[in-house]
Amino acid sequence: MLREKYGKEIDALLARFPEKKSAVLHLMHLAQNEYGHMSDEAIREVAEICEIDPTHVLGLAGFYTLYYEEPVGKYVLEVCNDLACALRGSEEFVEMASRKLDIPVDGTTNDGMFTLKTVMCLGACDRAPMLQCNLKFYENLDEAKFDNMIAMLRMKAEQGDDEPSVVERIFSYMK
Amino acid sequence: MEHVLLRHRDIPNLKKLEVYREHGGYEGLKKALSMTPAEVIEIVKASNLRGRGGAGFGTGVKWSFIPKNAPETYVLINTDESEMGTFKDRELTENNPHQIIEGALIAAYAIGCHKVFNYMRGEFMDAAYAFEEALQECREAGILGDNILGSGFSCEMYTHFGAGAYICGEETALIESLAGNLGQPWSKPPFPAIEGLYKKPTVVNNTETLANVPMILINGPDWYKSMGTPQSPGPKIVCISGHVERPGNYEVHMGVTYRELLEMAGGIRGGKKFKALFPSGGSGPIVVDDALGAPLTYEGLTPFDSVMGSASLVFLDEDTDMVWATLKVIEFFRHESCGKCTPCREGTFWLDRVVQRIYDGRGTEADIRLLQSIAGGMKGKCLCALGEFSISPILSSIVHFLPEYKAKVAAAKGGKVAQPAAAAAVR
Repeated sequence: MLREKYGKEIDALLARFPEKKSAVLHLMHLAQNEYGHMSDEAIREVAEICEIDPTHVLGLAGFYTLYYEEPVGKYVLEVCNDLACALRGSEEFVEMASRKLDIPVDGTTNDGMFTLKTVMCLGACDRAPMLQCNLKFYENLDEAKFDNMIAMLRMKAEQGDDEPSVVERIFSYMK
Repeated sequence: MEHVLLRHRDIPNLKKLEVYREHGGYEGLKKALSMTPAEVIEIVKASNLRGRGGAGFGTGVKWSFIPKNAPETYVLINTDESEMGTFKDRELTENNPHQIIEGALIAAYAIGCHKVFNYMRGEFMDAAYAFEEALQECREAGILGDNILGSGFSCEMYTHFGAGAYICGEETALIESLAGNLGQPWSKPPFPAIEGLYKKPTVVNNTETLANVPMILINGPDWYKSMGTPQSPGPKIVCISGHVERPGNYEVHMGVTYRELLEMAGGIRGGKKFKALFPSGGSGPIVVDDALGAPLTYEGLTPFDSVMGSASLVFLDEDTDMVWATLKVIEFFRHESCGKCTPCREGTFWLDRVVQRIYDGRGTEADIRLLQSIAGGMKGKCLCALGEFSISPILSSIVHFLPEYKAKVAAAKGGKVAQPAAAAAVR
């Protein structure tokens, strides 16, 4: 399916490297964007394109934290909760988010819309509390901004959210 | 002060090629292309530019290690920026991408490389559009690709994304990751300059380091050395976060004191008193007020048993629980340990557990000694710097804040140990 949909981009990506294996992390980003998480199918497809063993891809999925081994919500909210952010209220922010979404950290809302996670430093310590949602940064957050963001995302989802994802936009540069 | 690195703060739209060129952009590259590669390396060496990722190794010296006339070499830009408290390379990538590209092309010319990869952490994908746009502009303008600016030199450049692993900022782990493997470091030798990416000679330079290079070519090493101190010349972007009024990136000349930097950031938030500073994100030993007068240089914190590192300053106010702060940092290292070498994998795991139990009020006096013992067992035995760095917040917080650890332990025993001397007398 990746091949059919992104054939041109994948060829351009593979042409960058002397070894196909180098494209694996990129392709995993693309596969996850397509399938939601690193499903068996996603892993098999990436392995086929790179001509490597699926077990190797599975190992990478476990090692690199941006890949999800289990299904997640449509929007994954990853709140940076490292020391620098915690000094500016990230721990309280996570509690608030958890309460509002009515899910624990690592939980997904019943409607499959949101997953809440805490992550290590995202490199935006001066704008804490902050989070990334499907690789987009939301910074200088507070409760009101969080409410607003959640409402916006719900609305977008209802309207079919056809905005290209961050991964899709990046792949559009592969020429 | 006029910026050398954060020039986009002075010049609107600097990320556009047209604007960048109006302000001297790619003149450094042109100058480099008119010289021999050896001459370019000599200029960078003479400037004494040192690695801004934190290690402080001489950039020109690093380039000179690449074997001459090697048929295939690589320049890798390290934009993996994942150290807690560090957010400088992201600002450069988003706002001043051409200066990074120009610096990397000069590096490529100097070592005879025809393909540059910018290894960026996956979380920066949204910040990377600006860099991709800049690359596109360069291709169209003949600054990338074949026969760059009519010089006969050809080079391509691509962005490469990681996927959430701090360890990939370590150069050998970065190389492994780019090759499609787990991001785990290897034990040097072989050094990347001899056997790096695809076993070919490779230079890995930090993003900020490369952003220094174009201006060095344009204005010369003496101009560069007029900033900073003799051993630590040049400008430096300092990332300030934590309990300050105005967190953010500050470009300064090295040699400015930590106290001055705190003042630039508006001092401690809410008029509170300063308590402690993580001077290099999670990776440098904690310092206290006696170190605030020290200069921000590669050597400045040596008398205080600490380091400048990537200059990621996390300030803590008087109300901060230092056992909690230490716990946050050791959790980071435990999570980010790549698992390859035993001292780091096991050591960070146990340090985390023991600090956690002291923090939770389940610790004993012996646990404080246990922490020192685990850290001692890791010191000098880890495969890479991550493991070595992970012990520094623990050891330094025990040195400076032992009473806080003791108070936690005492509270765990219902407060009875608050008077150990009296307890001994009764027995």
